[in-house]
Amino acid sequence: MSKGRIIGGIAIAAVIGAAIAAFAVIWRPAIAAIEPPTAQSFEPALVKRGRDLAAIGNCNDCHTVRGGKAYAGGLPVPTPFGTIYSSNITPDPDTGIGRWSEAAFQRAMRSGVDRGGHHLYPTFPYDHFTNVTDDDDRALYAFLMTRPAVHAPTPANNLAFPFNQRFVVAGWKLLFLHPGAYQADPAKGAEWNRGAYLVEGLAHCGACHTPRNALGAERSAASFSGGDVENWQAYAINANSPAPLPWDAEALYRYLRQGFDPDHGVARGPMAEVVSNLSAVPENDVHAIAVYTSSVFGAPTAERLRRANETRAQLKSPLARPAGGDNSGASIYAAACAPCHESGRPPPYGGVNLALSTSLSASDPRNAANIILAGIRPVAGERSPIMPPFADSMTDAQISAVLTYLRSRSGNHTAWSNVEQTVRDARRGEAAFLQTSRAPANAPADSTQRDKP
Amino acid sequence: MKLKVNGHDHQIDADPDTPLLYVLREDLKLNAAKFGCGLGQCGACTVIVDGRAVLSCVTPLILLEGKQVTTLEGLGTLDAPAPIQRAFMEEQAAQCGYCIAGMMMRAQALLQKNPKPTDEQIRSELQPNLCRCGTHMRILRAVHRAARLMDSAELLPSDQGSVQ
Repeated sequence: MSKGRIIGGIAIAAVIGAAIAAFAVIWRPAIAAIEPPTAQSFEPALVKRGRDLAAIGNCNDCHTVRGGKAYAGGLPVPTPFGTIYSSNITPDPDTGIGRWSEAAFQRAMRSGVDRGGHHLYPTFPYDHFTNVTDDDDRALYAFLMTRPAVHAPTPANNLAFPFNQRFVVAGWKLLFLHPGAYQADPAKGAEWNRGAYLVEGLAHCGACHTPRNALGAERSAASFSGGDVENWQAYAINANSPAPLPWDAEALYRYLRQGFDPDHGVARGPMAEVVSNLSAVPENDVHAIAVYTSSVFGAPTAERLRRANETRAQLKSPLARPAGGDNSGASIYAAACAPCHESGRPPPYGGVNLALSTSLSASDPRNAANIILAGIRPVAGERSPIMPPFADSMTDAQISAVLTYLRSRSGNHTAWSNVEQTVRDARRGEAAFLQTSRAPANAPADSTQRDKP
Repeated sequence: MKLKVNGHDHQIDADPDTPLLYVLREDLKLNAAKFGCGLGQCGACTVIVDGRAVLSCVTPLILLEGKQVTTLEGLGTLDAPAPIQRAFMEEQAAQCGYCIAGMMMRAQALLQKNPKPTDEQIRSELQPNLCRCGTHMRILRAVHRAARLMDSAELLPSDQGSVQ
């Protein structure tokens, strides 16, 4: 046998080996279709547990489009690679998951593969859901399979080559999907571990609060140091938190449970839907999430505490009211904002003192601009925060002036740049957001009904 | 400061943080816009500023420099009601009537930018305006009727020979 033939043989073997390896990475078998199970075949207690878990997982947020039927999908999710539409997860046999067995559902949660064996895009955050336990997957499956079936085909994704090839996702998973159950930390208590399991898994907090790399994966080295969600900024929820007063477990619990905290303000934008869901799940789960998240924030440093004390002192001394008359930010603030934000009326109906607002200590004015434009709509039947919208009564220049004034007021922050451009973008984005997202009002209006299935 | 309301210039002697609603009702005696909640949450105070529906109870004068304010009085009169007013009367959309001026103003602003709104669009546009009496279905019909009135030749007021 000549040397050339040996090399040739090795080369062929290598190519075949590589092909087999690629096939093993990419190919996933279909799981046999089933007859859709009847709703009666699921235990009511299991369905109720699934409802709570689905609320913790915020499933309705992506899988329901504004004005659409619950869980019927179709929400366009903009990504740097193109637009991906959320799928229909109602038990409709043709357009939903009606023909999915529990095994198929669990495989999708664990490894992002649909019943037919296609790789799912990681906009479905299976990099988090992979740690969900068998029992919790079973409950989620029971909940979804007992929802009203809705016939709603999922619109085709609008992705450029090569991202429109689903096998590409298999490579992404090799790099960024780390399957495995949650490993409890024995040094911590049961509540902390429960919180960690939920935050890192089903609640997928990092999907928004952790920045992403060029391939759209969370940068694990920068966990919870803040990210972008459509036209909102998801703040850092670790030691880099820009909040004027440090967060602790009690404040987080109040905020996550009731949607606002007197020391920090109101949950808005995509977070409004999260807290709306968390208002309707068992208290101890929200407690666990708060306990774990407070440890992600970490104990405040001495410098942080010093600045917090300064802020508290500033709250006690009344702010100088500008004389007014000119069209400056200070005058507009005094006329349009201060009547609520300095009224002394307690939240949620009185505005939070803006010295406490993270939106003004954040690195850019996006969130503050969004809130001034759109206001805060009340939730039907709830004691929820309110604020009128100013999109139709303030010009971009006026909003920019107010933002620039408020930013400068604390004296602790560098000025924002391009404020007016941010306001213009926010105005455009707000219009798009209102057309495609659900109104953040999904908690049962009657709070006495919250513990029932 | 100068304030332009229903096409007329007014010289207003008030602080720049005075809500527009107070000026309309107390200084100009234009009482169509109502004080409801004072927090911009009920819509009873809605007027039109430069073509957009605005909550006058939370809009201070300082924001109105150089802008045009339109109140319900500026749309039509008892003798010559505007299409939106005629439509609300013909559908008997008012019960207690407290919210109706605000409803008409927001509906008017909607029809000015979208002359043929769908049911869904009207519902979503009027969402900020509350009605306690429950005449929502009549209000909805009235907005559709106003759209037809504005679209057809029936722009004449009702006492000048159109259908009644």
